[in-house]
Amino acid sequence: MKSFKLYLTVVIFIKGRYLGDYSEDFIQALARALKEWHDEMVRAGYKDRLNMFLTDSGIEIKTVYTPLDIASTSYFEKIGLPGQYPFTRGIHYNMYRGKIWTIRQFSGFGTPEDTNKRLKYLVEHGETGLSIAFDEVTLLGLDPDHPLAIGEVGVEGVSVASLWDMDVLFKDIDMGKITTNMTINPPAPVMLSFYVAVARSRGVPDHMIGGTTQNDQLKEFIGQKTYVFPPRPALKIGVDVIEWSIKNLPKWNPISISGYHIYEAGATPVQELAFTLADGIEYVREMIRRGYDVDSFAPRLSFFFVAGINIFEHVAKFRAARRMWAKIMRDWFGAKKARSMWLRFHAQTSGVELRAIEPYNNIIRVTLQALAAILGGAQSLHTNAFDEALALPTEFSAKLALRTQQIIAYESGVADTVDPLAGSYYIEWLTDKIEEEAWKIIDRIENMGGMLEAIEKGYPQREITESAYRRQREIEEMRRIIVGVNAFKGEILENEVKIPLLEIDEPSVRAHQIARLRKLKSSRDQAKVNTTLTELERASSRGENIVPYIYNAAISLATLGEIMGVLRNVYGEWSEPIIY
Amino acid sequence: METREEVQILGAIGLRRRYRVLVAKLGLDGHDRGAKIVARALKDAGFEVIYTGIKQTPEMVVRSAIQEDVDVIGISILSGAHMALVPEVLRLLKEYKADDIPVVVGGIIPWDDAIKLKSMGVSEVFFPDTPLSHIIEKIKELAEKRRKGLE
Repeated sequence: MKSFKLYLTVVIFIKGRYLGDYSEDFIQALARALKEWHDEMVRAGYKDRLNMFLTDSGIEIKTVYTPLDIASTSYFEKIGLPGQYPFTRGIHYNMYRGKIWTIRQFSGFGTPEDTNKRLKYLVEHGETGLSIAFDEVTLLGLDPDHPLAIGEVGVEGVSVASLWDMDVLFKDIDMGKITTNMTINPPAPVMLSFYVAVARSRGVPDHMIGGTTQNDQLKEFIGQKTYVFPPRPALKIGVDVIEWSIKNLPKWNPISISGYHIYEAGATPVQELAFTLADGIEYVREMIRRGYDVDSFAPRLSFFFVAGINIFEHVAKFRAARRMWAKIMRDWFGAKKARSMWLRFHAQTSGVELRAIEPYNNIIRVTLQALAAILGGAQSLHTNAFDEALALPTEFSAKLALRTQQIIAYESGVADTVDPLAGSYYIEWLTDKIEEEAWKIIDRIENMGGMLEAIEKGYPQREITESAYRRQREIEEMRRIIVGVNAFKGEILENEVKIPLLEIDEPSVRAHQIARLRKLKSSRDQAKVNTTLTELERASSRGENIVPYIYNAAISLATLGEIMGVLRNVYGEWSEPIIY
Repeated sequence: METREEVQILGAIGLRRRYRVLVAKLGLDGHDRGAKIVARALKDAGFEVIYTGIKQTPEMVVRSAIQEDVDVIGISILSGAHMALVPEVLRLLKEYKADDIPVVVGGIIPWDDAIKLKSMGVSEVFFPDTPLSHIIEKIKELAEKRRKGLE
């Protein structure tokens, strides 16, 4: 059996150079016992049901794991204690015993009024952080009256085009108390300006404005694809937001370095991890290039990963991520503060793993995915609604998704001790293995000259296109079982097809949004708008940090589309190479 | 002319000559995973595939379809704007007298919308989880039917 050869390799390796925590006698005894066990299994005629068991990253899984598999792992060096380097077990000493993760449901549809109602509904039911989903028009920095906006306003998220929209979105919500994530990328400085201006207008002091702008410009070229500008100016804008935030908003996470969309676009967990950290490295380098000490900004960097249904692999991925980032920050960039080495992350359950057929099965899938995030030590979590593969969630499906987290948090007991899977031979082995594989990819990217260069060469894009195709082929060829989809197919019941879906009357949402836009334009001081936009144009041409100028334009009631229009003129627009 | 090897492949999958398919990402969303997989699968099945990339308008889709003389238009859309944009594609095809080119749609399309789209003239709507083999088979049928109509 192939897997047995691996055991022997480990034993031989250990004989020469003993690094781990077990005594050599114990290791030798275990190796002998394991060999006998293996021979006995073969003699007894046990056969596996598959030729090979693989994780979603293609890592081969053995029959059983023992201390032999982690015999070269030093506990103190690789695992350690929670809250301490290398943070494998978690960034906090007591993790969820101190505070349950933030339950942060990604929400947005229709008008700001519609979404405001949904946000309050979720908070009433126990949501502890907000997360705004914008529509595609907003994500691309266009106003709702743009010709390309037809059919798109408010359908994939909420439409926000001005300070007024933002004000309505947060009506009767205490912006000094609750934290808000905004999934926004090229227009991140604009949306941040709207948010901060509204909070300030309500008397919230800057040190109490908390939340996150996703602002991960590089991953837009790899996944999600709501890029506007070419990679270099995009990176510049992202780092402008980081720079401005650390000076003005001590509680704000100016960036959420995101693997989620990379995974959703087709990456394996290992690729997701490697590409995300490689993006992170690029941002750190850019801030250092601007003259900042690493410890002055690194504590404000945050991350965002997918929680997939392959529970152990994703748990191992989260643990490896923390260990790798701590090493990168300490050893590559010389960070001294523990907080600079923390990989704080939000997780979202995978959407592509959900199915349109027999949609109620998704409730179970989401539960398993969410468990991976919590066993992996996430700081905040979004759980998808079961109707994700069909439409945006209804009030009912959104509540059910929220309840899933609360049941895990308060009924299951998994939050009662820190990193409960640590010490599992399999989990520790897999954490090591995922780390090893991810380093190989990071090395390759480093050899290309960093992630910006790699993206321009199309490297991550090609890699994930391949992985996505491979995964689909596995489903088609029944090598990957999806219950009710390619296996165990049964009669589809009527109430599985006719599930109530959220319907959005786009023409009326668009009309509503355009009406407010017109009212805003007719009530503002146009000369002031023109001045602030001209100043923005000059500043961006000079290569200055553009956020203060965007802020001034925003408070003079310039619209999202107007501000982004200025930047489009200066920086140009990106059209990607066709890779499939 | 196809190479000998290609002819063999085409023979094996029952295509008399290569059919041309436009795979277009209509609308503003960047969810291109499905479109790319379908484009790749069609290519592997012997079709000539023109993949437009993301953020295509109805006008761009129809122009590409006519310029490339395709047999089938495959539209992928996950932004929710399908009820506004797909009918516009159908209208433009009529306007350009190219409505002999069948249109298929895939993406996040609620069932009720799928029925409406079909009544407007969309040939097929493919939901998530539709096997690639089914998509390929349907597109092949539509392409064959169109070629026969032209002969």
